[in-house]
Amino acid sequence: MRAGALPKLLLSPSVLLVLVCVYGYIMFTIYLSFTSSTLMPSYEWAGTASYQRLFAQENWRIALSNLWVFASLYIGVAVALGLGFAILIDQHIRAEGAFRSIFLYPMALSFIVTGTAWKWLLDPGVGLEHTMHNIGWESFAFGWIKDSDMAIYCVVIAAVWQTTGFVMALFLAGLRGVDAEQISAARVDGARTWQIYLHVIIPQLGPVFVSAFVILAHMAIKSYDLVIALTNGGPGRSTWLPSVFMYQYSFTRNEMSVGAASAVMMLAAIGLVVLPYLFSEMRKVENG
Amino acid sequence: MADRRSTGRGADRVILYAVLLCLALLFLLPVYVMVCNSVKPLDEIRGGNLMALPIAWTIEPWLTAWSTAQIGVQPTGLKPYFLNSFLLVVPAVAISTLIGALNGYILTQFRFRGANLLFAAMLFSVFIPFQIVLIPMAKTLGILGLAGTVKGLVFVNVVYGIGFTTLFFRNYYAAFPHELIRSARMDGADFFGVLVRILLPSSGPIIVVTVIWQFTNIWNEFLFGASFSDYSSFPITVALNNLVNSSTGVKEYNVHFAGAFIAAIPTLVVYLVSGKYFVRGLMAGSVKG
Repeated sequence: MRAGALPKLLLSPSVLLVLVCVYGYIMFTIYLSFTSSTLMPSYEWAGTASYQRLFAQENWRIALSNLWVFASLYIGVAVALGLGFAILIDQHIRAEGAFRSIFLYPMALSFIVTGTAWKWLLDPGVGLEHTMHNIGWESFAFGWIKDSDMAIYCVVIAAVWQTTGFVMALFLAGLRGVDAEQISAARVDGARTWQIYLHVIIPQLGPVFVSAFVILAHMAIKSYDLVIALTNGGPGRSTWLPSVFMYQYSFTRNEMSVGAASAVMMLAAIGLVVLPYLFSEMRKVENG
Repeated sequence: MADRRSTGRGADRVILYAVLLCLALLFLLPVYVMVCNSVKPLDEIRGGNLMALPIAWTIEPWLTAWSTAQIGVQPTGLKPYFLNSFLLVVPAVAISTLIGALNGYILTQFRFRGANLLFAAMLFSVFIPFQIVLIPMAKTLGILGLAGTVKGLVFVNVVYGIGFTTLFFRNYYAAFPHELIRSARMDGADFFGVLVRILLPSSGPIIVVTVIWQFTNIWNEFLFGASFSDYSSFPITVALNNLVNSSTGVKEYNVHFAGAFIAAIPTLVVYLVSGKYFVRGLMAGSVKG
């Protein structure tokens, strides 16, 4: 049915909000990144000065290399574990629902809660190391969270714990859609279960790998809460991510234009990951 | 998709269950540690180990975390912030779900120019890093007089929740049998008649999915809370982070664990009661388009 005045009228507040508060604000932030804003927004054009300043910052270099380490490990490990869990769950096990619930419940928690729990669990003074010493393993050492070279891996551990169940759920949905006839055929040919997974089932899960990659990559780029709760960016600046950089420069260091520039870079990174995916998904829908 | 014949072998099954059980324990460990140490006196944590059950049980850490821990200027505990989160979540979830239902209905049952483009624009808004809107939104809330208020947070969470709620309802209504709607129109149902009498009565599942999704997301939200609220309007996540990260002097691990668990209770309860719908939301939110 062609839309009359009423549907258009009722849709317009949402349209307005999305246009202004999403796309308008994006434009505004992009504009700010080309100004000389410091404590407050200023509208004086300054060309690419803040981008030059951004790329010259040691802090930004640290944040980017941390993001690279964090994102690649987080995505790699979560996908590998998620697939592994899904395959284990897919073996017609008893209490399947209970296992799924246990692997997935961390997704219901706030990253601040996750961060708090893991912060003390990984803390050598009170957590795992302390516990091992207490039960008699004196030489046990696990102080990554206090070590500026290793702390980023603690962020990976907590993030993987939180999201593996979600990736598992994605793969489980994918596994249930695999062509059963091909599996029977392979079995008739005498293939073992692991061979069937490797050669028949996993190759059919391509779209799930793509979805998982896109979702995890965009979560990695946006990651903020977990780092704040777990390490607060430290020790020193060793677990800064671009999100931490953006917040620091925009709101506490009075370098708003540099903060805006860093936000633009984050948006660009997400656009690179997400837009091709969205376009292909929408085309798929249009083509039935 | 494993075949039953091949999975009947005994030893393989034992190993399979052993692996699954170990993984399950590993996944439960952080929450076990959180709960178990929240009922321990502090010296038992410092002198003992995190995995051991308490020797002297105490609910003191819970009471401290809830009502006397220093978070803001006053030693109020998490209580007022827990309340803030409810004052934030209830209206934000209700409004964004209503808007989503309305948008889903309009986008699927009426044709107009630019509908696809509009939907794509809403969809992308789900993915944007919110850092890109923080500065102008802070300015806007200031102008509207909503800076540092729970109302301001309601507004922000509604705005950035519309993309998700619209997506959920649009996909659900797109699969709705058109004949039912056409025959209702023949019988003289108007715009709201179709929505109220035909669509909403069979929207139960998607309403539950959307409400759970929005509830979980907004309850757990941190960045907007940290950016746009002050001591009077912190949501629970910000208050918890303050409790854990800005405490000086003696670190009261047991209070921190109790606080973390208090903050986790509402979403955990929702998950335990309606995990099925939570998973459906996750899947709907991840398989776009």
